[in-house]
Amino acid sequence: MTTRLQKEARKDSLLINMGPSHPAMHGTIRIMLELDGEVVRNSEVEVGYLHRGFEKICEHKTYFNLLPYTDRLNYVSPLINNLGYVMTMEKLLGLEIPERAQYIRVIMSEFSRVSDHLTALAAMTMECGAFTVFLYYIKAREEIWNFIEQTTGARMTTSYIRIGGVRADLHPEYRTLLDKAVSMTRDVLRDVSGLLDKNKIWIDRTRDVAVVSPQTAINYGFTGPCLRASGVSYDVRKAHPYLVYDRMKFEVPLGDRGDNFDRYMVRMKEMEQSLRIIEQAAAELPPAASPADLMAEGMEPAAAIKASRSQKVADPIKLSPNLEGSEKDTYPDILAPGKGHIVPPKEDTYTNIEGLIDHFKFFMRGHGIRPPKGEVYFSVEGGSGEVGFYIVSDGTDRPYRLHLRAPCLHIVSALEEMIKGHYIADIIPTFGSTNMIGGELDR
Amino acid sequence: MENQKVIEALQKQFPDAILEVTAPLGDDTLLIRKQALGELVDFLYQKPFEFTMLLDLTCVDYLGQAPRYQMVCHLFSLVQNLRLRIKANVEEPDLAIDSLTRIWRNANWLEREIYDMFGISFSGHPDLRRLFMYEGFEGHPLRKDYPLRKRQPCIPVRQNDDD
Repeated sequence: MTTRLQKEARKDSLLINMGPSHPAMHGTIRIMLELDGEVVRNSEVEVGYLHRGFEKICEHKTYFNLLPYTDRLNYVSPLINNLGYVMTMEKLLGLEIPERAQYIRVIMSEFSRVSDHLTALAAMTMECGAFTVFLYYIKAREEIWNFIEQTTGARMTTSYIRIGGVRADLHPEYRTLLDKAVSMTRDVLRDVSGLLDKNKIWIDRTRDVAVVSPQTAINYGFTGPCLRASGVSYDVRKAHPYLVYDRMKFEVPLGDRGDNFDRYMVRMKEMEQSLRIIEQAAAELPPAASPADLMAEGMEPAAAIKASRSQKVADPIKLSPNLEGSEKDTYPDILAPGKGHIVPPKEDTYTNIEGLIDHFKFFMRGHGIRPPKGEVYFSVEGGSGEVGFYIVSDGTDRPYRLHLRAPCLHIVSALEEMIKGHYIADIIPTFGSTNMIGGELDR
Repeated sequence: MENQKVIEALQKQFPDAILEVTAPLGDDTLLIRKQALGELVDFLYQKPFEFTMLLDLTCVDYLGQAPRYQMVCHLFSLVQNLRLRIKANVEEPDLAIDSLTRIWRNANWLEREIYDMFGISFSGHPDLRRLFMYEGFEGHPLRKDYPLRKRQPCIPVRQNDDD
């Protein structure tokens, strides 16, 4: 089968295939190149190697069931994908979220943004030979993931942000790891700035490579750091504020040339702003109505379940057999009130018949979360741009149509133009600067 | 509020093209005749409204309803910070609509995706091929009548396990 490039290529040029499984390609994507010496004359990008039919699967899953699939879109910042989907659903359901949960969401999504930028830059710098920088970045990301793991119980596939709030309250000791992650990231950013910002090799490799003008960036539907590197000030957190972002003080860093160096610099500055937001959110976090240590008192769960067989248990129960921090007492802090959109507390499910019925109704086929008929679009600022969800509901317990606006689809579609006229060696850092994530691009 | 001005101007400019104006959950939505899509989008792209960004383009399959397919297009104006949703019905047998590639370059891939997933063709598209699925794939996976578990392996699956 002949590709477009093969048909259009000049007779004397060399055709080379890069990918789909090439060691320098993070993500399975194929770039066919028409070369004149080492210069890329033309190229063709082929995607779809990681297509799992995300949208088709979602049409057959309940609104509650499909949340883990959203983790696997942009798997470097799963919490933002959770947030995008969940907030779209909340718009459709018309839910108001408790303040504490909103702050927790802000902290989580900013940490995810930092981890996303760290990963993107780590890959990009490593491909230019800066292996030390790669290790520094990953060291900081490790601390961030430790924090995320402590509260959510998972490092990558978190499914932590739920319709109506969050899965569990912050870990009682969260502050230690939060401070550690913030200070470690600050140190790393300072070190990396020292290593790269005025580094001759780095500047030679990235300055004026793959320049994208503001007009081109807008025309291609760029969003996120790639758009801002071209000098266009658009950030969903500022343009359409959600959660409590309107209360946070932060700046939107911009680039001026739109080349690879600007895309690096914008990400570096954005991480600093994200750390600022995290600190503000952590300082302003409304206190929990029920302090976590109260939960140490009460009946043992096994004893409570045994006692519930003969009569209704009136005493508080010590620990539910679920994730720490999601006890019934914490529900008002982190979950919107009301039945039908949140998982009923496990304490009730296991000890009284009403709770069991609530649980059953929530998970039973054809019941559960049933939003009204209609359609909705909502977007949040993801790691690589605007993550938007378009959901069409027909009133049943599963979406009639769910579409994801993947930010990197738009950016990768410009890759052919970005690498045109540059050297082969520039392809990989350019590709790295787009922060292409296969799970999100191919869905 | 601001979107009201845009919609009024559009209704004045294209009185026959706009079939319905709604705002479900605050998202301003226009349902238009598909023949008018190109002109209408051209008008929105220019000053004073400057909807210069094509945020998203997708399609919904309403199997069993009168116009079966509906194209959904989200536009964004950076200058005014406004979003607008434009929908157009596409019906069998004429599964075609004007391509937006002459205005937006990201429409190239978005339209290829829709062609791949729904089988809607775009007149004026420079290179209409499948985007995610491979060449030779039969059917369009996101159509409602495409079974969830249908398998079309690219390489034939070996039937027996003996080596």
